[in-house]
Amino acid sequence: MTIYGVALLALCFLIGKVSGTLLGAAIGIDGDVGGVGFAMLLLIVVNAWLQRRGWLDERTTGGILFWSSMYIPIIVAMASVQNARAALSGGWLALVAGIAVTVGGLALVSLLARIGKPDQPPAP
Amino acid sequence: MIERITDVLIGNGLLFAFLFVGLMMLVSFWVARRLLGGLIPGVALAILLGLGLAFTGGRKGIADYPLFAGMALLGGSMLRDFAVVATAMGADLDKIRHAGPAGALALLLGVTLSFFAGAALALGMGYSDPVSLATIGAGACTYIVGPVTGTALGASSEVLAISIATGVVKTLATTILTPLLARRIGLNDPHSALVFGGLIGTTSGVAAGLAATDPELVPYGALTATFYTGLGCLLCPSLLYLAVLGLTG
Repeated sequence: MTIYGVALLALCFLIGKVSGTLLGAAIGIDGDVGGVGFAMLLLIVVNAWLQRRGWLDERTTGGILFWSSMYIPIIVAMASVQNARAALSGGWLALVAGIAVTVGGLALVSLLARIGKPDQPPAP
Repeated sequence: MIERITDVLIGNGLLFAFLFVGLMMLVSFWVARRLLGGLIPGVALAILLGLGLAFTGGRKGIADYPLFAGMALLGGSMLRDFAVVATAMGADLDKIRHAGPAGALALLLGVTLSFFAGAALALGMGYSDPVSLATIGAGACTYIVGPVTGTALGASSEVLAISIATGVVKTLATTILTPLLARRIGLNDPHSALVFGGLIGTTSGVAAGLAATDPELVPYGALTATFYTGLGCLLCPSLLYLAVLGLTG
């Protein structure tokens, strides 16, 4: 049933969030450290395990895939509720620093991505 | 009459948000295909349209208008994280395992370099006290790390505002620049997406930027980005602040 998939997704999400929050508390941060990441890893593992046993039917998977496909509309909604004006209120320093660190980070992607890359074809 | 209709729409805010986002995407995909001939992906255009609408509002973007309050629920962190986790269904554990060390290094470098780049720019623009430098540097990580660090160190509210603004600019810049630069920086497979998420770290920016580049890469980038803010909140007010203290004497 579809709801089994949604419930499974919610279970993974909540377990991840709780572990992230507990990890945060353990290192002295009032917040969630990597909760979404834990939830994703858990979902991947649980999904593989259930598939092997043949306990996941198409409808159950559909309950998860629906939310996966709602991802982009949710991101569009998220973009429209950003505090965009605050970006301008910080003056030049905020504008320059924000753009500079973004470009710097992007520039490092290709350098770091070489680490541990399996049989990488030579760059064109 | 109009008022009654508006009341119904406000009363069913989330459902109106579904309709409104659906229309936004319809328009964006139509414009992208018909008017721009596929030059810009429809998703990227829809996200840009969203950002444009956000400028018309205030602190909560377009959701500051009661009619669009439902957008804050649809685009809020609960449903966003729920959907991000769901994208893991398509992720490949082997690829994540391969990129593990690179992702971890990217996280550490991403936080440290953003912090020092932000602090150095603040120094160049006339700030010299270590608390302000660290707070603005932390804002260059994400707009959550900034105020968390600033509050912990006792920064002034003016500096806090700059710090938050820096983080917000980073989110917007990532959203816009990622699809434009993706090909040039080799952001085209799960491996590089994991590194990208760790280096940039702003979950909303990484998610939106990857969605506009290639939705298949979203789970990988989101996976590392989700650790970034926590790591930043851990390192910025402690180790990195001490480093600034040491450097400024």
